[in-house]
Amino acid sequence: MTPEEEAEFKRRQKSRNLVVGGTLLFFAVLFYAITLVRMGD
Amino acid sequence: MWRALLTNAETSQSVDMNTAVQTTNMPAEWRDFFTLTKPRVMTLVVFTAICGLLAAPGSIHPVLGFTAILAIAMGAGGSAVINQWWEAEIDAGMKRTENRPLPSGRMRPVDARDFGLFLSGVSVFIMGVAIGWLAAAMLLAAIIYYAVIYTMWLKPRTPQNIVIGGGSGAFPPLIGWIAVTGEITAMPVLLFAIIFMWTPPHFWALALFMKSDYAKVGIPMMPVVAGERSTRRQILAYTVLLAPVAIAPWLIGGTSWLYGSVSVVLSVLFFALALPVGTRTRAKEDAMAQEKLLFKFSIIYLFVLFAALVADRVLAAQGLIGPGLFSGGIA
Repeated sequence: MTPEEEAEFKRRQKSRNLVVGGTLLFFAVLFYAITLVRMGD
Repeated sequence: MWRALLTNAETSQSVDMNTAVQTTNMPAEWRDFFTLTKPRVMTLVVFTAICGLLAAPGSIHPVLGFTAILAIAMGAGGSAVINQWWEAEIDAGMKRTENRPLPSGRMRPVDARDFGLFLSGVSVFIMGVAIGWLAAAMLLAAIIYYAVIYTMWLKPRTPQNIVIGGGSGAFPPLIGWIAVTGEITAMPVLLFAIIFMWTPPHFWALALFMKSDYAKVGIPMMPVVAGERSTRRQILAYTVLLAPVAIAPWLIGGTSWLYGSVSVVLSVLFFALALPVGTRTRAKEDAMAQEKLLFKFSIIYLFVLFAALVADRVLAAQGLIGPGLFSGGIA
């Protein structure tokens, strides 16, 4: 792998990690909210 | 059948990876995963699901309503991903689809397959635990209907594939309704039937004027297999069949005069536009203006019809408009 390819590899990996992290955070908040609503039923 | 299906998938993947498409060694961009979920198709799915949710009797907490719509969108996205994983080789042979993430080699097929299965599974799980298991079962049925029955089984085998495929697009309002009520009644089944009957004239009007290379890749689309004349006749037939289904929510007392009058006017307009399309023959240098008009109108038709349904049900729930045609309707 050339240095350019390695940099591109890392860039893609980083942006995917950020999206996965953001999605997980979103679902953690969503499940917290669902639990609160369900407990209030 | 399952063994044949799996063998087909493995064959198409090995062709993809070894001969037809040079697959990247890079991790796929997150945007390509998002593209695989067919976001444009998802807007119609989300719109009709919201309509089903809002039109249903009773209420749902906004957080749960949002979760239900999210689960439906994720299920639609997941099945779209499985669809593209299965059809990667076919997509590579068509101009319209050759730049998708899989046929262009920007993503490994196995990543797409796993993503589609994960998204579908999570959507059903979320729907089950947050909303209810009847809605989750219907969502699972919709995913299997689109990804397996339509994509893998019927699409390559019958020119009626669009008619049958229309069923998968018809699930969202049904699931949205069930998310609120927890039961299947006449009204959500009618919403399903409206989209089911609407899909053939909508899609075939497009197929008449859009040059497609489906024939090249062996997908038996109606204009290619049965000919243009037969397709035109069937557009007219489905338009006639759609009218009573679209008006039925009013006739059974599920809505008031507001939806009733809108559905009657829309049905008359749809028929008036489908009649010339259904009866005419293509001229030598034909601009296909009537077909294009019918296609555009079919989209407006669905949006206005569902918007009228929601407006009718919301206004009726507030007591601002009167009851349905027959009081004490079965809906």
